[in-house]
Amino acid sequence: MTSETLLKVTGVETYYGNIRALSGVDVEVKQGEIACLIGANGAGKSTLMMTICGSPQARKGQVVFDGKDITRLPTHEIARLRIAQSPEGRRIFPRMTVYENLQMGASLDNLKYFNEDVKRIFKLFPRLEERQQQRGGTLSGGEQQMLSIGRALMARPKLLLLDEPSLGLAPLISKQIFEAIKELNKTEGLTVFLVEQNAFAALRLSDRAYVMVNGNVTMSGTGKELLANPEVRAAYLEGGRH
Amino acid sequence: MAAVQNSSTHPEDNLVQKGIKEGIFAGVIAFGLFLLYIGVVTEQNIHNELVYRFRWFALAVFVIIAAVGRFLVVTVGQPWLAARKADAKNKVADSGESALKKALPKLALVFLLAYPMLAVGLAGPQGSLKYVDNFGIQILIYVMLGWGLNIVVGLAGLLDLGYVAFYAVGAYSYALLSTYFGLSFWVLLPLSGILAAFWGMILGFPVLRLRGDYLAIVTLAFGEIIRLVLINWSDVTKGTFGISSIPKATLFGIKFDASKDGFAALMGLAPSSAYYKIFLFYLILALCLLTAYVTIRLRRMPIGRAWEALREDEIACRALGINTVTTKLTAFAIGAMFGGFAGSFFAARQGFVSPDSFIFMESAIILAIVVLGGMGSLGGIAVAALVMIGGTELLREMEFLKVIFGPDFTPELYRMLLFGAAMVLVMLFKPRGFVGSREPTAFLRERKAVSGSFTKEGHG
Ligand SMILES: Nc1ncnc2c1ncn2[C@@H]1O[C@H](COP(=O)(O)OP(=O)(O)O)[C@@H](O)[C@H]1O
Ligand SMILES: [Mg+2]
Repeated sequence: MTSETLLKVTGVETYYGNIRALSGVDVEVKQGEIACLIGANGAGKSTLMMTICGSPQARKGQVVFDGKDITRLPTHEIARLRIAQSPEGRRIFPRMTVYENLQMGASLDNLKYFNEDVKRIFKLFPRLEERQQQRGGTLSGGEQQMLSIGRALMARPKLLLLDEPSLGLAPLISKQIFEAIKELNKTEGLTVFLVEQNAFAALRLSDRAYVMVNGNVTMSGTGKELLANPEVRAAYLEGGRH
Repeated sequence: MAAVQNSSTHPEDNLVQKGIKEGIFAGVIAFGLFLLYIGVVTEQNIHNELVYRFRWFALAVFVIIAAVGRFLVVTVGQPWLAARKADAKNKVADSGESALKKALPKLALVFLLAYPMLAVGLAGPQGSLKYVDNFGIQILIYVMLGWGLNIVVGLAGLLDLGYVAFYAVGAYSYALLSTYFGLSFWVLLPLSGILAAFWGMILGFPVLRLRGDYLAIVTLAFGEIIRLVLINWSDVTKGTFGISSIPKATLFGIKFDASKDGFAALMGLAPSSAYYKIFLFYLILALCLLTAYVTIRLRRMPIGRAWEALREDEIACRALGINTVTTKLTAFAIGAMFGGFAGSFFAARQGFVSPDSFIFMESAIILAIVVLGGMGSLGGIAVAALVMIGGTELLREMEFLKVIFGPDFTPELYRMLLFGAAMVLVMLFKPRGFVGSREPTAFLRERKAVSGSFTKEGHG
């Protein structure tokens, strides 16, 4: 594992109107690792994910990706640098079929690698292959999550952002999803930055982890360290373990 | 819907009872509704006083239609619908039906190609005018406008209430450039499209950030602005008088007039205005086909898919690297371009344009056609145009209604009533339009090969 920094967020402040949602966040994700961000509802986790994608943009601070300052780039240009996101709420295209959703994911390269990539996705999530002609809106929650991740992967990302991939899923399905993430990281060396409520599973998976409270990162360390940390255990793990 | 299910399980006589009850009820409501609108007419007498008289007979006709209609709906229509619904649930995709569905566009095309000949054959050159011009060309213009607007509204999901502006730009481009500079139709047709597309972009820029109702209001205003400019820039556009004696279109330089080298003379035919109309019919048919072809192609291309995705989730689109600004602008521009084509055709057909042809009502009608047809569906929109515009023209033909409603009854004034009724009916029974579900555009090409590779490990 190289230790080159892929994503560096420094002192980022993001506002919704006059309300400050992030107040000086520092986060770093290195090439080839899985990093995770845990925190209570409303802490600002999704806001950080969206800020990395430039929607909304940070008012202060800097987001550097692959050595390039992307703080002021429009969202679609950030995506072109190969940051893909499976956003909160999945945001698949409900009236389009699974297959068409995956095609949308491959828009960046104009479907150049579509045929080989779609096979990879179907191998990772065989459920999607079975349902390829079904409309996205009619999929189950777990299938939609698979589709959302699959669509993000079609863009051949260097960095994959996942916002609460296990939200609302049955334990067995979320386990499948976490396993798929792990496999992607291992076999393809994909860098993943993960937001999770399911702290136990996320921390176990992660090389690096951050805890966010009220728009601030209050703790960081390796996944194992935070798992062992009594404060983290008390706030996010006890009783919350799935 | 509960009522529908109930009625299908009740025995026959119960249904008739229910039908009679609801029929009488509908009759009473119709009486109340129409008493003042239909039952009473106000007129001025010779002393300029307003007098009124009753039209009991006409009122009775309306009430009876409502009562009998409701009776039939309850006793025949609803059970039939319920039975069909149950059928559809049990039946798995009927292959015969879908084969017919696939052949339908081809059959329609064959019919359209033969249509002018049929009209001439059945009614003679002079008698065919009505069928070719009033029905054929008129409907096809709206099919084309519907398909053009469909790109903006149906595919990209941008609600545009000022589409008629581009129709106007196309029409005036042809009218002005041909009368002032003598340019030919074949030069001006593409030029009108380009100019309209240009105006589409002009409209597109300021409204890019708007969505939904805000977008609708601004586009509506844009449509009105164009019309007001046409009215007030009277040095060039002659204001409300409009531009008349616009040159006709030609076929490879052959004119459609009674001159020595006109079409009829060259072909050795008796001079008749029917030939020009037939030529125009094929011209607008070709333009419609072009619109359909481009739409179908675009839907399969990245830009078309981006439009459809944009309609569903703009933020997701941006996160996938799609430039939503250019995507929306192209939708506006291409939609406007087809409006421009249709406009220049309209000018060449009428020989006269005035701002009166480009009022808001036109935008509303075109939008109604798109919505009724089921946004995004070419077939549905064509059917909607056929029903709405054909229906309007049919109303003109309904002389016999004068027997019922008196000699000064002008049926075409009721076309908006027809529109309203059709809207309500379609939205009741098919809330997503005639053809409500969107057809997927992408399929895995070697579908069979893939499913084969399930069983054989190591393939694919
Ligand atoms: N679109 C928005 N407009 C205004 N406030 C928002 C918006 N989205 C999120 N917020 C606020 O920002 C804060 C952080 O939200 P979010 O990032 O969604 O938290 P998390 O993902 O950690 O649950 C919350 O207080 C939330 O109410
Ligand atoms: Mg969140």
